[in-house]
Amino acid sequence: MSCTVRLWMLQLRDIHFTYPNQRPRETISGVSLEIHAGEMVALLGPNGSGKSTLLSIAIGALKPDRGEILFDNQPVGGFSRREIAQRMAMVAQQGDIRFPMTALEYVLTGRFAYTNAVGFDSPRDVEIAMRALTHTDAAQFAHRRFNQLSSGERQRVALARSLAQQPRLLLLDEPTANADIAHQLSLLELVRELTRERGLGALIVTHEINLAAEFVERMALIKDGRLVASGSPSEVMTADLLSGLFETPLVVDRHPLSGAPVVSWTRTRTK
Amino acid sequence: MRVESLIDQVSTQLPGDPVKSYLTRRRALIVFSVLLLALLGCAIAALSAGSEHIAAGRLFPALISKLTGTVSTLSREQDVILFSLRLPRIALAIGVGAALAIAGAAFQALLRNPLADPYVLGVSGGAALGSITAIIFASDLSYSRPLFGFAGAAIVTLIVYRLGRREDDPAHLVLAGVVMSTFLSSVIAVMTTMADNVKLRNITLWLLGDLSSGAVEGLFFVTIAVAIGAAVLLTQSRALNLMMIGDRDAFAMGVETARVRWVVHLTASLLTGAAVSAGGAIGYVGLVTPHLVRLAAGSDNRLVIPASAIAGAIMVLIADTIARTALSPRELPTGAITAMVGAPVFVYLLLKSR
Repeated sequence: MSCTVRLWMLQLRDIHFTYPNQRPRETISGVSLEIHAGEMVALLGPNGSGKSTLLSIAIGALKPDRGEILFDNQPVGGFSRREIAQRMAMVAQQGDIRFPMTALEYVLTGRFAYTNAVGFDSPRDVEIAMRALTHTDAAQFAHRRFNQLSSGERQRVALARSLAQQPRLLLLDEPTANADIAHQLSLLELVRELTRERGLGALIVTHEINLAAEFVERMALIKDGRLVASGSPSEVMTADLLSGLFETPLVVDRHPLSGAPVVSWTRTRTK
Repeated sequence: MRVESLIDQVSTQLPGDPVKSYLTRRRALIVFSVLLLALLGCAIAALSAGSEHIAAGRLFPALISKLTGTVSTLSREQDVILFSLRLPRIALAIGVGAALAIAGAAFQALLRNPLADPYVLGVSGGAALGSITAIIFASDLSYSRPLFGFAGAAIVTLIVYRLGRREDDPAHLVLAGVVMSTFLSSVIAVMTTMADNVKLRNITLWLLGDLSSGAVEGLFFVTIAVAIGAAVLLTQSRALNLMMIGDRDAFAMGVETARVRWVVHLTASLLTGAAVSAGGAIGYVGLVTPHLVRLAAGSDNRLVIPASAIAGAIMVLIADTIARTALSPRELPTGAITAMVGAPVFVYLLLKSR
C-alpha cells in the first residue's frame, strides 16, 4: 500500500489528566502526540511516568480533563465503542482467566466489533482468527487452554486477538515483556511489517529501548506526565537526554551492524 | 485464494480436532439434544413418581385424552393428582431451576467469578425479603410478591457488587454475599415475628425452598421472566464472553461495558426475584449447573446461558422429586436437597480458585 499523502491517524492534543484519588497531582500534563498511518512510534519513560495512562486515554477508557483526541481528524467522542474498536486495538498484559477458554476462543472475541449480538462465529471469523494466530506464531496454541500458556505465549495470542480485530492502529502496552529474545524480535518484526505493508499505525509502550531503536520511526520520551523529547531514535537517544530521563548515567553507542543507537548502563556505585 | 491456502496450511499443522476448540453449531446441537432428552426423561419420571404411582406408559394417553376431552384412562383421583398437583409443580420446578441457573451463569460472567450464585451472593435473600414484605404488608396487591422480590434482588445485587468488586480475590465477593445474607436473615426473622400464625407457617416453609404450592401466579411470572431473561442475556452473551476476560479488554474491543453491566444486573435480578418469590430460596442451582456445563461444553456464554437453563431445570426437578418422594408422605424442603449437592461443589470451586 503506497501512501502519497501522510495522514495523521491519531492525534492527542494537549492532554491533561488527573486520577481522582491523586488530586491535585496531574498524571498527564499537556502531552501532545501524533501517529501517522504506516508509522511505528515508541513511547518511552521511567516507571510511573504516565505511559500506560496515555494509552488508556487514547483508547477512551479514561477521559482527559482537558485536551482533544482525534482519529482521522475527527474527535473520538463522536465514535461508538464498536467504531473505535474497528479502528484501534489495545494489547496489554493478560493474567489468568477464571473460566476455561481456548486460545482460539480468546482470539475469536476480537471479532466482537464486527459481529451481530446473536449467532455463531462465521467460517470467515474463524479463518481470520486462525490467520491472526499464524501471524503471531501462535497457531499451535489454538486448541490449548489460555491459562495453560506461558506469559510470553499469552502475549502472542493477545497480539493475535488484536489482529483479528482488524484495526488501523495498534496500541501495544509492553508487548515484548516476558517474551524470549527470538519472539521479542519476531513480534516487533511483525508489527513493522503490518505498518509498512498495510499502513497500520502502531504506538508501543516499552522498556526495551535498544530493540525499539531498531524498529521505530519515532520515539516519544515522557517523564512525570510531560513530553520530554520526540524524534527519530538517533535524535532522541542521546546520553544526556536518556540519562536525565531515567536519572541514571547512561552511555549511547552504535549497533555494530545496523548503526542504530544502543544504550548501555554504567555502574554508579561500586562496593 | 491466498487466505484459503494459508488456512489449509494452518489446519494441517494443528494437533487435535479444531471443532473442539470453539463453539460450533454441532457442539450446540449435541449439548441441547442431550439436555432436552434428559429433561424429558426426568419430567416423565417425576410425573409418574409419588405416593400414587402412575406408570410412565399411561402418561401420554392420559395427556391426549385430557387435551381432546375424551374419557381418561386414569381414575378420577389419579387425574386430579397428575394434572392439578404434579404437573403444575413440575412446571414450576423447571421454571425456577431455569431462572436460577441463568441468573447464576450471568452473575459469574459479569463478576468474573465462578463462585457467584444468586443464593451465595445474598441476592436470593434480597428477593426473599422483598417477597415477605409483600406477603405481610401487601398481600392483596396482585403480583406484589414477584415484583417486591425483583426489587429486593436488584437492591442487594447493587450493594454486593459495590462491596465485593475486588478483582484479585474471588472470595471477597462471596464474603460480601455472606454478610449480606446474614443481615437479611435477621431482618426476615424480625419481620416473621410480626406476621400472624398462618402466614408465618407459609413463610418458614417457603424460605427453605418449597415448590409444593405450584401456584399459577408464580408459574406465570417465572415463565415470563425466563423467556425475557434468556432472550436478553443471549443478546449480551458475546459481550459477556469478553467481560469474562476483563472489563478493560471488553471496553477496548467495543463493548459498552457500563450498559451491559446494567442490563445483566437487572435481568439476573428479575430472574432471581421471580424464582424466589415462586419457589423460595433454593440455593446453589446457579452455581452447580453453569459449572457443569462449562466442564462439558466450554465457557462460551452463547451456549452456557441457555444450556444452564435446561441443566438448572433438570437439577431442581430431580431435587424436588426426591424432596416429595424420599420420605413420603413427609416432604423435605427442595432447597435442602440442592444445598447438599451444591455446598460441596462450592467448596471445591473455592479451593480451586485460590
